[in-house]
Amino acid sequence: MNLAYRDIRHGLGRFLLTCVGLGLLLGVVLAMIGIYRGLVVEALTIARAPAVDLWVVEANTRGPFAEASRIPADTREAIARIAGVVAAGSITYQTVEAEYQDRKLRLYVIGYEPTRPGGPPEIEEGHAIARSHFEMVADRSSGLVLKDRVRLGRDTFTVIGSTRQQVSSGGDPVVYITLQDAQKLQFDLAPPAARIQMARGGTGSSGRDTVNAVVARLHPNASPDAVAETVQRWKHLAAVTQEEQELILTRSLVDRARRQIGLFTSLLLAVSAVIIALIIYTMTMEKLKQIATLKLIGAPDRTIIGMIVQQALALGLIGFAIGATLIASIKDYFPRRVVLEPDNVLALGVIVVVVCLLASALGVRAALRIDPATALGG
Amino acid sequence: MPDEKATQPPLVRLRNLSKHFGEGETRVDALRDVSLDVQAGEVIALLGPSGSGKTTLLNIIGCILDPSSGTMELDGELVLRDGRWVRPNLRRLRLDKIGFIFQFHNLMPFLDATDNVALVLQLAGADSREARLRALELLDYLEVGNRRRSMPAQLSGGEAQRVAIARALANQPRIILADEPTAALDSKRAGIVMDLLRKVAVERDAAIIAVTHDEKIFDRFDKIFNLRDGRLDV
Repeated sequence: MNLAYRDIRHGLGRFLLTCVGLGLLLGVVLAMIGIYRGLVVEALTIARAPAVDLWVVEANTRGPFAEASRIPADTREAIARIAGVVAAGSITYQTVEAEYQDRKLRLYVIGYEPTRPGGPPEIEEGHAIARSHFEMVADRSSGLVLKDRVRLGRDTFTVIGSTRQQVSSGGDPVVYITLQDAQKLQFDLAPPAARIQMARGGTGSSGRDTVNAVVARLHPNASPDAVAETVQRWKHLAAVTQEEQELILTRSLVDRARRQIGLFTSLLLAVSAVIIALIIYTMTMEKLKQIATLKLIGAPDRTIIGMIVQQALALGLIGFAIGATLIASIKDYFPRRVVLEPDNVLALGVIVVVVCLLASALGVRAALRIDPATALGG
Repeated sequence: MPDEKATQPPLVRLRNLSKHFGEGETRVDALRDVSLDVQAGEVIALLGPSGSGKTTLLNIIGCILDPSSGTMELDGELVLRDGRWVRPNLRRLRLDKIGFIFQFHNLMPFLDATDNVALVLQLAGADSREARLRALELLDYLEVGNRRRSMPAQLSGGEAQRVAIARALANQPRIILADEPTAALDSKRAGIVMDLLRKVAVERDAAIIAVTHDEKIFDRFDKIFNLRDGRLDV
């Protein structure tokens, strides 16, 4: 006769309600872990999108994500000629706000050369940019769909392709346009400012021949560090390997947010552990008279321990399953990415089991100390 | 018959049993040199005012409280000598030889009547089917077979106490300790429960020791012992 099962069945409603409560709490823990992972993944998304080995940026900067970087556009030809470089592409990054369906749409605009590295990793729907101007590949998270027309700066762009899960480290959806359009968007002055500039003898354009970075794909046998060293011989340039770029993004750009969420997640985990322990301890305390009676009529300790431990594990595992199911079903509705990695979910499951066992140890200790004489008398 | 019984060793034999709590100025003597024999088939009552040592004596006979000194034999087996337990695994001893009946039945609220009785049998090693069959027999014997599927909360006080008696009898113990078995019952049901206990004592050759304050059932006991300041008077 399984006493734990019978007791749970007898108070099924209350037990399930407790499981749901615990499930919600564990769901929040899991969501925080997912948000934490999502932050890191999102931070790395743009850096990984071009699938390159080397980032050439302005000297003395850690651009283009952590710091502003501006280098001459013809840098790409110089980089492409270095031994070991297979392909190179110029690239620009900027954040813009556009009007879309009567609301402000915040977009992270990447300008790239369509035949060179730096474009979208995969087109989910539609096709890649084929014309020199006014075409756009937009991420689905922006809400833009094929054939949508969006005004960026002084030009209107048509969405001809869409990507999935391409967002900036700040969570803004990415749109890809041609380098020429991006340079115009980023560097051309507004007409009044251009008129003043021209009146002063300028060109009316602040730097159309400027890009934020040049990305390079290397030959499999080429050493990124060696190529970086070569690049750095040009005094106006700096080179960052892909590995270093990812480190800059995770350790610098999103580090505080990452640590903030990490700390909060740890705190939440500790609170969950205390709550689990309290629930299980209280469940045991409510059964003191029954436990005393069991001891008095001769039930061995293993029967009593089994009842407490099995109930604690059932509570923890059912609560965890509810929490995991809940978060798995709603994670896509979060405004930013929630990444539930199997090993993280498994780790939380193991933590819940350990916490349940520790908490039930408290209950078991209390149960074993109960005097069977407690069962006698009122 | 009385002569035959007199030749049998008592089911419960206590000799010079004492129990004190605390030491020095705070010492309280709960029991002083209590000696008692209870024969098979006897139903005896322990009376006394609050704090007189009734529950202490019941706890020691039930092997759940260590006495300070004395000797005790249960069902012919020496379990306590000079205040020390000589029988290992007292919990098993309770399971096999002693049945407990409580003031408030103490049935497991999450088990139905049958399983409350079957639980004790399974704890003693019976398989599930055998335990349930035996439990049903006992419930029928105590005339609550019709409530076999009922949960404790669905039983009346008298029915719950009968199920509790069935549980106490499950492993066929020869010593039954009852702590205020009729305190929660009206006089009619108290009488029914006492008649049942007498029936059990006679038919199963068991000794029943009850702590009670319930004057309306005094006439149902073979002997009544009074405890005053830890001393036992017949």
